[in-house]
Amino acid sequence: MKNTGKNQSELSLSASLQRITILSQLLHSGHDFIMSEEHEISLHNPEIKLESLKEDIKDFLKTSGWEKKLQNAVYSELNVFPSPCHPAAPPEHMKEPLAYMRKAQGSWEKRILKSLNSMCTELSIPLAQKRPASEQKELLNKWNEMGTDEPDLSLFRPVYAPKDFLEVLMNLRNPNYENGEQPSFRNHLGLIQVPLKVKDIPELKEDFSELDLNIGQLGIDDSAQVPPEFFENEHVRIGQKVLAEQDSAAAQQYVRQGCPTALRADLWALILNISNQPEDILYYEQLKSNVIQHDLLVDSLIYKDVKLTASNDDYYFVFEDYLYQVLLCFSRDTSVLEHFAYSSATPPKSYIQGKLGIEEYAVFYPPNGVIPFHGFSMYVAPLCFLYHEPSKLYQIFREMYVRFFFRLHSISSHPSGIVSLCLLFETLLQTHLPQLFYHLREIGAQPLRISFKWMVRAFSGYLATDQLLLLWDRILGYNSLEILAVLAAAVFAFRAVNLMEVTSLAAAEAVLADLSTLKVMPLLQIFLFATVT
Amino acid sequence: MSVQTIRNVFSVETGYRLSDDQIVNHFPNHYELTRKDLMVKNIKRYRKELEKEGSPLAEKDENGKYIYLDFVPVTFMLPADYNLFVEEFRKNPSSTWIMKPCGKAQGKGIFLINKLSQIKKWSRDSKTSSFVSQSSKEAYVISLYINNPLLIGGKKFDLRLYVLVSTYRPLRCYMYKLGFCRFCTVKYTPSTSELDNMFVHLTNVAIQKHGDDYNHIHGGKWTVSNLRLYLESTRGKEVTNKLFDEIHWIIVQSLKAVAPVMNNDKHCFECYGYDIIIDDKLKPWLIEVNASPSLTSSTANDRILKYNLINDTLNIAVPNGEIPDCKWNKSPPKEVLGNYEVLYDEEMAQSDGSDRDLRSRSGQSTGTKGNRGRDSGKPVLTTWK
Repeated sequence: MKNTGKNQSELSLSASLQRITILSQLLHSGHDFIMSEEHEISLHNPEIKLESLKEDIKDFLKTSGWEKKLQNAVYSELNVFPSPCHPAAPPEHMKEPLAYMRKAQGSWEKRILKSLNSMCTELSIPLAQKRPASEQKELLNKWNEMGTDEPDLSLFRPVYAPKDFLEVLMNLRNPNYENGEQPSFRNHLGLIQVPLKVKDIPELKEDFSELDLNIGQLGIDDSAQVPPEFFENEHVRIGQKVLAEQDSAAAQQYVRQGCPTALRADLWALILNISNQPEDILYYEQLKSNVIQHDLLVDSLIYKDVKLTASNDDYYFVFEDYLYQVLLCFSRDTSVLEHFAYSSATPPKSYIQGKLGIEEYAVFYPPNGVIPFHGFSMYVAPLCFLYHEPSKLYQIFREMYVRFFFRLHSISSHPSGIVSLCLLFETLLQTHLPQLFYHLREIGAQPLRISFKWMVRAFSGYLATDQLLLLWDRILGYNSLEILAVLAAAVFAFRAVNLMEVTSLAAAEAVLADLSTLKVMPLLQIFLFATVT
Repeated sequence: MSVQTIRNVFSVETGYRLSDDQIVNHFPNHYELTRKDLMVKNIKRYRKELEKEGSPLAEKDENGKYIYLDFVPVTFMLPADYNLFVEEFRKNPSSTWIMKPCGKAQGKGIFLINKLSQIKKWSRDSKTSSFVSQSSKEAYVISLYINNPLLIGGKKFDLRLYVLVSTYRPLRCYMYKLGFCRFCTVKYTPSTSELDNMFVHLTNVAIQKHGDDYNHIHGGKWTVSNLRLYLESTRGKEVTNKLFDEIHWIIVQSLKAVAPVMNNDKHCFECYGYDIIIDDKLKPWLIEVNASPSLTSSTANDRILKYNLINDTLNIAVPNGEIPDCKWNKSPPKEVLGNYEVLYDEEMAQSDGSDRDLRSRSGQSTGTKGNRGRDSGKPVLTTWK
């Protein structure tokens, strides 16, 4: 276990170092190009001028494809890192500008860690220990089929479930905000009581303009009744062109209208800037050997989660073994720690046995700083339909996590953070379906109680896989999770008639229990563009 | 009606005659297709006939293998073709073979061998009893085992597809869109140490459900549309379409092979369970055809599927829910097809050769891509007429 104790500046330094790596790769390749004998212009050519050298290098960048790679890398960074804020702002502000949110996240983290530690003490299992050699060998042998040898997991419980997290969010209050009124229809009747700014439908229509009724969509305009000449064939052709150009930004724009199934894996890899180079594969193998050598308590939590969720899922049970491979490696991946620079969360610290409180013996636990909760494995499961090579699957998942999924289980004011999504959902519902909202509230079935779990899991395990992938296309295309809240509201709108007739929370849940027959794109389109407001 | 009852109904001794308003769910000699040895015999005969006619379908490649009609793994009848089998075995001594009793189902009596010694004993026993007539139940077939099946998530699976035949001459058959894949619960390994582990090799639910890891929620079953989504996403659309077209092709060819010998009794229709395995080169292989596919359910989804299957089958066989009349022309209107799609209609093919609706696809991800035709680019497209 490394004694890291990294602080903020070190984290951002390593991020910069990564960017420099790509530059040094570029410089090496450029150097080789110039020194190559085939190249007309060599350093010994007396006619070489500074001006033409600049042009030559530009040409070289274009023809070798490096210009594209640089562009993609920069574009990636822009997507992930927040825009620079005021120079006088302290580093915490990049994580989360609002103090009360930071505080709430901090106390939530304390709670989780306490729960983990007490489970550890109760079961007398160390948080981490080195595996004996025989166990290491055994694990290596059954690396590809960890699902078949089930250890006794009956004493383990998930550290927390989405509904626990919802309770915390419900109690969030801004201490600076005092409106002195009783909750009424003039203010917010939902569960979330913090005054964050969320978009209304006109703003959403603008943001999601590519989903408009007069623009072709996969998920709608590729159905049997529509001849493929109208939209599908051309869309596929454009997709192939985007892939040939290897342009990240173009891909991101393209997938807003959906990915053809055959191109999706490559398009997502392009947007997430994953190329599965030999060094990436090596990194994955390194993680794998970390798993073999050390046993973490978190591993049992991962096992338990997979067995409880994905193993029982009609779509994902087939990929059970891949899930273990990805998640066990994920929990040892310290590069994930970098995302804490822009996340409101802070990785939990633990101390080597007997050295509690002594900073030199502090380590991040788990090594990647992410404690899995009930349903976590469902973030990985849908990706198994796209990537069957473990190291590529791993990288795609990791990138999806540090770009999107982490926001779904940390408290922040970010527009794609779960708090904003909940508020957006409730506001949309209250504004556009007031009667339904009021009715459900009256019978003790606050809508967020039902839709929360959908949003936390990004609908994985609730929608049919092909529909889920169409939804995640748009998450990547718009670089935002807001569409999850819009879809949740659209689902309620769709089943409004039945919901108006129920008289209890249980009945409301029953109406919304099965989403597997829903078609996502028509629902979104109708809700945003075809509902009279 | 069960298979035993059918035998009685059509047996010469009982002298039953079905009246015009009685329809039964089996053809009298369905075993020409559904017994493993007869199926192979009929297909071999069909291929030879086509070859004699000089039909382009019977074209062979440079190794002497049929290009379009090689969809059944090399099979021999035992004990009759024992010597032929030994010859073939010696050509590839490292191959694995699967022994299957002709008349049994649900994976009963099946075992794998990879050494001649393993069946020599079996053969010796049967040779000494050559004066005692072999009851047909004890006949075996031995087929080349497909030891490179396509694996998903590291697990082996096979496809179960339902095909309804309402008449053999002219051939009219329908494919049920909602077939499924049956997964083994244990990781596949071609290792010889696991040849005896039936959980690794046999996908029959009757066997898998006794495994430790059998799950009662999904039952180890995947829909064909999941398979399609997975293959399109990981292998591309063209090869996936080609695979499904080939699957339809082999079903139709197998029916055409037995059509001449089938007793095309107008009182009969039949719903078959086709078992198909896909190898890692995305080539489908016909393993067997079942006359009485299991209509019991192992999971909730299964129950819905089987219910719909029976419902749609009866809607086609006995239209309008009226008292049937076996003299009707057996052309149900499109609306009653339900989840069935027309797979092949010989009459329509002969009258309108360019009608591409015949090559409909099943199992699409949204299930709505019904009857869109597609150019396969195969030269035999013309012989679909």
